Amino acid sequence: MSLFYLVAFLSILFSLLVIFTKNPVYSVLYLIATFFTFTIHYILLNAQFLAVVNFIVYMGAIMVLFLFVLMLMNLNKETEPVKSNLLKVIAIIAGGTLLVTLIASIHAVQTSAVSKLPNSDIGLVENLGKVLFSEFLLPFEISSILLLSAMVGAVLLAKKDKRTQNG
Amino acid sequence: MDNITSTIQIVPLNHYILLSAIIFTIGVIGVLIRRNAIIIFMSVELMLNAVNLLLAAFSAYSGDASGQVFVFFIMALAAAEVAVGLAIIVMVYRNTSSIDINVLNRLKW
Amino acid sequence: MIYLVWLIPVIPFIGFLICGLGRNFLPKMVIGSIASLAVLASFAISLGIFFEFNSVEPIIINLFDWIKVGGINIPFSFQIDQLSILMLLIITGIGSLIHIYSVGYMSHDAGFGKFFAYLNLFIFFMLLLVLGSNYVIMFIGWEGVGLCSYLLIGFWFTNAAYADAAKKAFIMNRIGDLGFLLGVFLIISTFGSVSFAEIFPKAQGMISGDATLTLITILLFIGATGKSAQLPLFTWLPDAMAGPTPVSALIHAATMVTAGIYMIARSNILFTLSPITMSIIAIVGLATAIIAAIIALTQTDIKKVLAYSTVSQLGYMFLGLGVGAYTGAFFHVLTHAFFKALLFLGAGSVIHAMSNEQDMRKMGALKKKLPITFLTMLMGTLAISGLPPFAGFFSKDEILAHVYEHNKLLWVIGVLGAMLTAFYMFRMMFLTFWGTFRGTDEQKHHLHESPLSMTIPLIVLAILSVVGGFIGVPEVLGGGHWLAHYLAPVFEGSTSRLGELALDHSTEYVLMAVSVGGVLIAIIYAYIKYIKNNHVPISDSESRSALAKLSYHKFYVDEIYDALIQKPLDHISGFFFKVIDKTGIDGVVNGLGKGSLEASKGLRLLQTGNVGFYIFAMVIGVIAVLIYSFFKF
Repeated sequence: MSLFYLVAFLSILFSLLVIFTKNPVYSVLYLIATFFTFTIHYILLNAQFLAVVNFIVYMGAIMVLFLFVLMLMNLNKETEPVKSNLLKVIAIIAGGTLLVTLIASIHAVQTSAVSKLPNSDIGLVENLGKVLFSEFLLPFEISSILLLSAMVGAVLLAKKDKRTQNG
Repeated sequence: MDNITSTIQIVPLNHYILLSAIIFTIGVIGVLIRRNAIIIFMSVELMLNAVNLLLAAFSAYSGDASGQVFVFFIMALAAAEVAVGLAIIVMVYRNTSSIDINVLNRLKW
Repeated sequence: MIYLVWLIPVIPFIGFLICGLGRNFLPKMVIGSIASLAVLASFAISLGIFFEFNSVEPIIINLFDWIKVGGINIPFSFQIDQLSILMLLIITGIGSLIHIYSVGYMSHDAGFGKFFAYLNLFIFFMLLLVLGSNYVIMFIGWEGVGLCSYLLIGFWFTNAAYADAAKKAFIMNRIGDLGFLLGVFLIISTFGSVSFAEIFPKAQGMISGDATLTLITILLFIGATGKSAQLPLFTWLPDAMAGPTPVSALIHAATMVTAGIYMIARSNILFTLSPITMSIIAIVGLATAIIAAIIALTQTDIKKVLAYSTVSQLGYMFLGLGVGAYTGAFFHVLTHAFFKALLFLGAGSVIHAMSNEQDMRKMGALKKKLPITFLTMLMGTLAISGLPPFAGFFSKDEILAHVYEHNKLLWVIGVLGAMLTAFYMFRMMFLTFWGTFRGTDEQKHHLHESPLSMTIPLIVLAILSVVGGFIGVPEVLGGGHWLAHYLAPVFEGSTSRLGELALDHSTEYVLMAVSVGGVLIAIIYAYIKYIKNNHVPISDSESRSALAKLSYHKFYVDEIYDALIQKPLDHISGFFFKVIDKTGIDGVVNGLGKGSLEASKGLRLLQTGNVGFYIFAMVIGVIAVLIYSFFKF
């Protein structure tokens, strides 16, 4: 139990560091750490498949992509634009309000503490795979099309435009 | 495995909700505070992840697998979105040599 | 012949259409003949009906069903009884004479065809007025003659003053018409019908002094005030002299102004049952008679003198109605039609001879040059002064006898008025026809007697003025008073309540002698002043005594109206224009437009183009939605 609270604390700490660090590369690294804590959370919930996928996709692919782009733009601490203090204060207040509202709304919904996990096997790869390929077959297939379109889009967008180069 | 699951049986669901809400809010603050487009993008990812966590928690506590399937799809979607979004940022950088969002205000009145 | 009564109004209407549509291409003789023949044809039919009619009850000819709504049934039908027959004869008879006269008088005018079209239209409406069997048809005619009066007074509309006079006449008529309409509405609500044949029997059963009847009759009298130029709505009639003289003769002497009296005579039972209204009518009539007579004493325009004389004589007629002398008042309508039309036509002849000069100070010694005009006008003046055996004597005397029976004081003032009438009429005659010529040489050269088309009507009317009174010779003088017997069925309800004249013969002789004596004194005084002493009225620039000024400036009534009514109306209108319309309504409408512009100016500042700001707005939105749903559930 104390493991949960420790990992939770770490998640919050790292995510705070993500947004308050000036150097963008450090932000990326802190984000990777945050994702790692999330992976541990998934394991604690016995969502093994999700934990592994989180690790591979998020931390391995997405963050690496972020890092690539950052390196491409050669950003560091000096070139980072800064917002005025007033705006920062306003933003934090807004965020705080959002938090309060969220908590309040959810408190209105009574969720009782569960004493025992009813079925702790659903997070296993085999079981999840069974559900995925039986009930959610169509979305699964369509998501492949989604990924295809994302690929095409990314390549098309990032291609150098030949006309602007010559003209 | 049983060890782990018996460990987490004691954590009430409300705590997961609280945790998720806090991280979501941190993501929102990050979007509002920073001016670097990439950092903002990363904060959006943070928000997505908070939601993922909450979904997984609900799924575990109610024994319904659809929560985890949903998380799976969100992750696939997030990957696609990051790819395209970063491509756009690269394009913007190429045109304006800056990723400060205050520079990108051509649609003003 | 009675069943041809519908032709009587229709023929002049057809004449109106022909003359009106063909006014530009039909030759003048054709237009004049068609118009005059149309009225003469109506006169012939009216004569036929007059000789044929011998029933006691009125005959109602139903033309078509007109308005049938709920419980109200207003058919379009004509009522033929003694009263309407006599009015028919006057209207068509004098109307045709005036048409013939106009052929000569208006022969040089460019709007010849238009004039005759309007005249025929007027005859049509006036005939509708007297033939109608219910108040609504009477009102159609009432309004129609007001319209034609406006058209004819402002006939030479290029002159702004004439057009204003026409508007004044129409507007003052309308004020009276409002009273008339309200009276008709009250009649509908009280009696449930507007037909004479249904109302008057019902009214017989009501008690005298009934409040609703009093209100109805007061409202109807207001209508009559406007149409027949009584106090306070009389100022339009002198200004109406802006129209051509035949118009003044027809409309403002013989027919339209008598519409009010006809209406009251027709509704006599209603008025007899309202003694309060009768007193009001008598006093208003007498006041009008005296005031108009005083004003006429100092007027210098020949037509204005005759106009005020008309107002004054109408006052006498209302005085007669007010004391219950219905026959006498109607008798005076008849005789007044004769001699006033004659006087106006004669004045027209004089004006024509004087090359359109109307100021009597420029006339004089015309009796040698215009013999026929002079003689006929002398007949008319003698008639209006009330000297026996001319027409005016019998009618005026009958009214005064009834007045004496009613109230001695009113009688004294009435006799005074008669003396004033004689004085100013003879003043007019002496200034115009006697003495020395005071006009320009140019005018002297053009002096000539009028053509036959103008003099023949004058002669006819002069004969009628002389012998017209013999239809109503009272018994005290040995006559049979044919008119009273003829009209008895119409006024039966009233005479049975008010009783016949109950003066003994000696009193009547004394009354007659007093009035004739007073008139002779007035004539002698006028003779002394204007012929012996050769007094000529002073020009406008010299100063007058206070009384003379009051009389010359018409008691400043027009100025009073201007200050009391016109100026406040102007102020109110100005207020409405500046404040309510410009600032208020325009302000609201323009303000809406401005408001939209300002709002959009403010709102467009939200589009900063700053993504951070947009996201911030989104977050605020989400918070708002959460709060709302939190409080909702």
